[in-house]
Amino acid sequence: MTGLEDLYREIILDHYRSPRNRGELPSPPAQRVEGFNPLCGDEVVVYVQVHDGTVTDIRFAGQGCSISQSSASLMSSAVKGKSVTEARNLIRTFKAMMSVHEARLGDSPEGDVSSNGSAEDGADAPATDPESLGELAALQGVVKFPVRIKCATLSWNTLAQGLDEAEQGIVLDA
Amino acid sequence: MTNSRVDQKVAPTMRTDSCPSDVDFSKLKGDFPILGRTVHGHRVVYLDSASSAQRPQSVLDAMDSYYQTTHANVHRGVYTLAEEADRLYEAARVAVGRLIGAPDPEHEVIFTKNATEAINLVAATWARSNLGHGDVVLLTDMEHHANIVPWLMLAEERGIELRWIGIDDEYRLDLSDLDRLLDGVKLVACTTMSNVLGTITPFAQIAEAAHRAGAVVLADGAQSVPHVPTDVTRLGCDFLAFSAHKMLGPTGIGVLWGRRELLEAMPPFLGGGGMIRDVRHDGFTANVLPWKFEAGTPPIAEAVGFGAAVSYLESIGLDAIRAHEVDLTAYAQSVLAERFGDDLKIFGPPGTVERGGVLSLAYRDVHPHDLAQVLDQAGVCVRAGHHCAKPLMRRLGVNATARASLYLYNDESDVDVLADAIAEAGTLFA
Repeated sequence: MTGLEDLYREIILDHYRSPRNRGELPSPPAQRVEGFNPLCGDEVVVYVQVHDGTVTDIRFAGQGCSISQSSASLMSSAVKGKSVTEARNLIRTFKAMMSVHEARLGDSPEGDVSSNGSAEDGADAPATDPESLGELAALQGVVKFPVRIKCATLSWNTLAQGLDEAEQGIVLDA
Repeated sequence: MTNSRVDQKVAPTMRTDSCPSDVDFSKLKGDFPILGRTVHGHRVVYLDSASSAQRPQSVLDAMDSYYQTTHANVHRGVYTLAEEADRLYEAARVAVGRLIGAPDPEHEVIFTKNATEAINLVAATWARSNLGHGDVVLLTDMEHHANIVPWLMLAEERGIELRWIGIDDEYRLDLSDLDRLLDGVKLVACTTMSNVLGTITPFAQIAEAAHRAGAVVLADGAQSVPHVPTDVTRLGCDFLAFSAHKMLGPTGIGVLWGRRELLEAMPPFLGGGGMIRDVRHDGFTANVLPWKFEAGTPPIAEAVGFGAAVSYLESIGLDAIRAHEVDLTAYAQSVLAERFGDDLKIFGPPGTVERGGVLSLAYRDVHPHDLAQVLDQAGVCVRAGHHCAKPLMRRLGVNATARASLYLYNDESDVDVLADAIAEAGTLFA
């Protein structure tokens, strides 16, 4: 079971058993975005509320494995109260941590991912040091289990879409 | 139509004078090289044959030998290699047809890419010539996506109506309303064994009622043909679809069997070489059966491997394989019940009569993905997910299950390793 300890760290199991920010928010005003992992049938619904450039509240719902659920819980704790810019940086850093391995496997959708490849993007250059991820670094072990990377990134991709929609002012009809 | 090159290497563990009851299943693992592999320091315990089975050495040898000594394109050449390739390809067709009791295997067995393509062939040819707006196709709640999506595509394209036979509380088809459901139905497309529940459907009964109602009947035999003796006449189907890779053969080849008069009346499927008799500037004439439906260079080596797989299965006997799987399913049911009680649920019919060796598991609240991950660490291969049967998963009220499926090379020790690994998952996610 040695290999599994890298995957199922205590922090991950804790967030799986006692998820933070699980639930729903009224939409509108919150953005409600659904994410699916067609490979395993997992689904996540992220509710993100943005006010004056800040993520004022976030909840997630849906069903999934311990990795997807704990990642959603860790994500919600990490971005709540942060500016949208900080949240986007965190998404980029987290996905870089997950996709370094994907790129090595030739499985990267972006193709140009490297440990600091997105630092050239300009003004919004993210912090790319995984040390800055705090508790989220517990998910680093997932990269050793390539099939599970999509479980870990599901809620993050869904949040990114929610932030895009919030900034574009898309509000779904109630 | 003999195929000595392939037959020579069949089933090394079999005694030449054996009848099915003499088979020593405990020795069969030795025929399958991949089962000698280790993963994470443990021997591979392969419990995913419902998804794709493994191949015995005789199948690998047959394909290897074909490429090393015989290969040429079929149906074209007059030289010796081409003539031999042709003979092997057609011999495989007859061998496969014989396994399912096809009355006229030379004409009725169509090689396709897989079972999915076989069903799509019927949807693209028979259904397009026979179904129009408002015509009804009857499916069941336990179909694989391969036997749902082609019909949904026709529903979108030309407005056919889909009806569904439901399932009861013991995971069988609910036939209480069958006559009403069949009213006005043009096609019934139904699995013979669920890839999620293991349920063996009462197909012959459904086919008889469907024929009384004037419907044509398609059987998705992908799960049952590898495991249960099959006779298309007794089954009462008009079409039967199945894949080689679930029955010890290679990937890339499957079968559509159809009744000859239906196949004769159907337009061709894909257009190209091999499927024509004549091509002019202003049209073409289709070839005769079965080549009318086999455009382009077919999977020749795969057909040879498929033939060798059929020889291997026949040398053991489908009756003996079925009996072995019934015993092993009963053993698994009792071991899992004894060790895990109500913590472990099997989605499928109780007992062993109305089911095959497909065990879809839910263990406490451990997500199937997590369960499969822990099992992998012990070398145990199970599938976690929706098993390409999302309407059924919704009916079951779950997103996913972990599915262990048994075949002739599995034994009680495999089930014991599975149970030990499930217990480890229980400790980790306590």
